[in-house]
Amino acid sequence: MSTSDDVRNVTIIGSGPGGLTAAIYTARATLEPLVIEGEPSSTSDQPGGQLMLTTDVENFPGFPDGITGPELMAGFRAQAVRFGAEILTAKVSRVDLTTWPFELWVGTTDGDPTYRSRSVIVATGASSLMLGLPAEQRLLGHGLSTCATCDGFFFRDQDICVVGGGDSALEEALFLSRFARTVTVIHRRDTLRASKIMQARAFDNPKIEFLWNTVVADLLGEERLTAVITADVATGEQTTRPFTGIFVAIGHRPNTGLFAGQLELHDNGYLRTFDDRSHTSVEGVFACGDVQDDWYRQAITAAGSGCMAAIDAERWLEAKGH
Amino acid sequence: MGVIELTDATWDEEVKGSDVPVLIDFWAPWCGPCRMIAPILEDLAEEHGDALKVGKLNVDEHSERARSFNVTSIPFCIVVKDGEVVAEMTGAHPRSKFDEVLAQIL
Repeated sequence: MSTSDDVRNVTIIGSGPGGLTAAIYTARATLEPLVIEGEPSSTSDQPGGQLMLTTDVENFPGFPDGITGPELMAGFRAQAVRFGAEILTAKVSRVDLTTWPFELWVGTTDGDPTYRSRSVIVATGASSLMLGLPAEQRLLGHGLSTCATCDGFFFRDQDICVVGGGDSALEEALFLSRFARTVTVIHRRDTLRASKIMQARAFDNPKIEFLWNTVVADLLGEERLTAVITADVATGEQTTRPFTGIFVAIGHRPNTGLFAGQLELHDNGYLRTFDDRSHTSVEGVFACGDVQDDWYRQAITAAGSGCMAAIDAERWLEAKGH
Repeated sequence: MGVIELTDATWDEEVKGSDVPVLIDFWAPWCGPCRMIAPILEDLAEEHGDALKVGKLNVDEHSERARSFNVTSIPFCIVVKDGEVVAEMTGAHPRSKFDEVLAQIL
């Protein structure tokens, strides 16, 4: 294996469970991976990925008493660093996958690339969807939150709501019920997508109520959220409800913007991988985690696919003579 | 100078009575994004030396001050200059955003 100063063997874009597992494996394979981990934000597109905004993780094997998302990701990161992964806190602004070695830019997209790399592992994950209401900008941080773990505490003894019907929505509702007086789950259908265990817990919780077949039409309040206007899906009838907190968990969008026109996507926007492996449509570019998974979307499956991408990249580089 | 631990009790002296602008981070131990920006605040305290005071206030232990700013999301950062709030940032942001905000104030 040869390394030179200006061409990396492996560059990993993203640092959730997928990206950091790929980093651990490629670091142990002495490929000296560079992980471009992203930049701090509160939107779920940030170093450490979506788990940075979650509370107790109860389904990651090896932690019988659970572990918090940020603690788990700090462990992933430390393990990658221990084996020599280099981690850069920055966002990739542009990639060129039409030349080889591949080219990556951090910061300005003009001029020479910041890095050149023989292989790239895409682990950019997915971002939370917001409601798309103009009022969201004004009320973000003043009643509207993207992080139940961070902000639940501020809603002690208040009546608040969670929008969504999946595991994330119920996990947030259950967490928020520790603080709030009532938590109303607003869901546009009449059944939940969430797992049976989460549904059972939510139905058993006396503080959690459900508004079925309902969507959010608008948010009221200037300095702080004072009420939420909901609409009945069937009749369109609107109701003003005095919720002082709203948490949105209506799903995710894969972070593929960087690769537009360069990597093949599925019709639903997720990155396409081939042959039950981690290969993308460009030879030498591999993908793992939620950016290529619209089905399982778990920390453990992201980690598993990160391992696959690392092994695929290692074997591909070996076949190339590196 | 390093990052100072602020409390409800020391707020007036450290923040209102400061001769230089003060950057304050409202945070809590359970907040993942707060951990992400903690190193940025430490670097800023180091790099700006005597020109900037950097403090953090644990909202779990000192909720009075957080309430007075209508804070419902953390991390939440403000810059106070001559006793007035001159900048607010909700949520975690990259280093470049902090630099941009501070450049207008310092």
